Amino acid sequence: MLITVNGENKEAPEGLTISGLLQFLKIQPERVAVELNLDIVKKDRYGTTPVKEGDSVEVVSFMAGGVWSKSTVWTKSTVST
Amino acid sequence: MEQVYRVDQVDRVDVKHGNTVPSVHNNGNAVALVQKEYSMPDDKLIIAGIEFRSRLWVGTGKYKDFAETKKAIEASGTDVVTVSVRRVNIIDRGKENLLDFIDPKKYKILPNTAGCYTAKDAVRTAMLAAEAGISKMVKLEVIGDEKTLFPDNEATLEAAAVLIKEGLIVLPYMSDDPIMAKKLVALGCPAVMPLAAPIGSGLGIRNPYNIRIIMETVKVPVIVDAGVGTASDVAFAMELGCDAVLLNTAIAGAKDPIKMAEAMKYGVLAGRMAYKAGRIPRKLYATASSPLEGMIGS
Repeated sequence: MLITVNGENKEAPEGLTISGLLQFLKIQPERVAVELNLDIVKKDRYGTTPVKEGDSVEVVSFMAGGVWSKSTVWTKSTVST
Repeated sequence: MEQVYRVDQVDRVDVKHGNTVPSVHNNGNAVALVQKEYSMPDDKLIIAGIEFRSRLWVGTGKYKDFAETKKAIEASGTDVVTVSVRRVNIIDRGKENLLDFIDPKKYKILPNTAGCYTAKDAVRTAMLAAEAGISKMVKLEVIGDEKTLFPDNEATLEAAAVLIKEGLIVLPYMSDDPIMAKKLVALGCPAVMPLAAPIGSGLGIRNPYNIRIIMETVKVPVIVDAGVGTASDVAFAMELGCDAVLLNTAIAGAKDPIKMAEAMKYGVLAGRMAYKAGRIPRKLYATASSPLEGMIGS
């Protein structure tokens, strides 16, 4: 079945749950959060929430970043003091 | 006669009485212990029931690699580390993960909503961060403009209201505006995070008077967030009476980030101690330090 994961089209086996999808994507479920069609899926529902053809899934985790992580912004201009 | 100790012989500083106490077991890490002793037990920073050991909070962006990030964070002596929330790379699963370097058991991981330009995106990001399971405490950031990265205060209020209703502990990044601080605290924010200057600008505290008014206006901790450039900026923020400073670029962008991280640690400590000690008032004219009696020729 064709689904969208993090904005990318992805061909995944039929009949997967969120747990199954994470396994298929080789993602450890501990430190991620998952959205299915814009709704957050609680961790205890991963095993029982099915993923269907055409679904849109977001899998996010914690990445480096402080107040702003887009490095191009702060190098654009320098102010002399 | 007062005994003089080398810094590595000191393992405890009695801040209240200003005495240094010699070490029985020399562990060579005096300053870290000084900071620990100083912030505990009578100078705790507590936000929403969570106790923070360090008054220096650091971000994790813009470092060369995770190894450097880790070293700088260790050198800074912090126990609070901010992280962003981003899509997991599903193409390349071999990439290193930040949290393999920054142990969530050792540090309080504070997820932020950096990069969000609307209340809706910020709420979505913060809810995902809370769901990812590290903490219900999030740093709310809603950016209003790409050039200045100034916060969108209206959208920040809107997002804060939703997130607090959802049970999150919201620490909002905001303009140095006392009215804004009042509104956020009224919504239920347990601390406020006014900017010192634009993010990454290194300009230091541009409006110390506003920061002071914020501290007098709200009865919650005030954490200066963004815009500091060097250790003296951090010390100045603490001397003003701020409860903590959050920074990223000032360390990560320094020529030697690890050395700067350590400098920031001392900056926070010096500033906090000076604040507690109570500085002398500013006067326009001189006041002699030496006694005038007994001068020769008098």
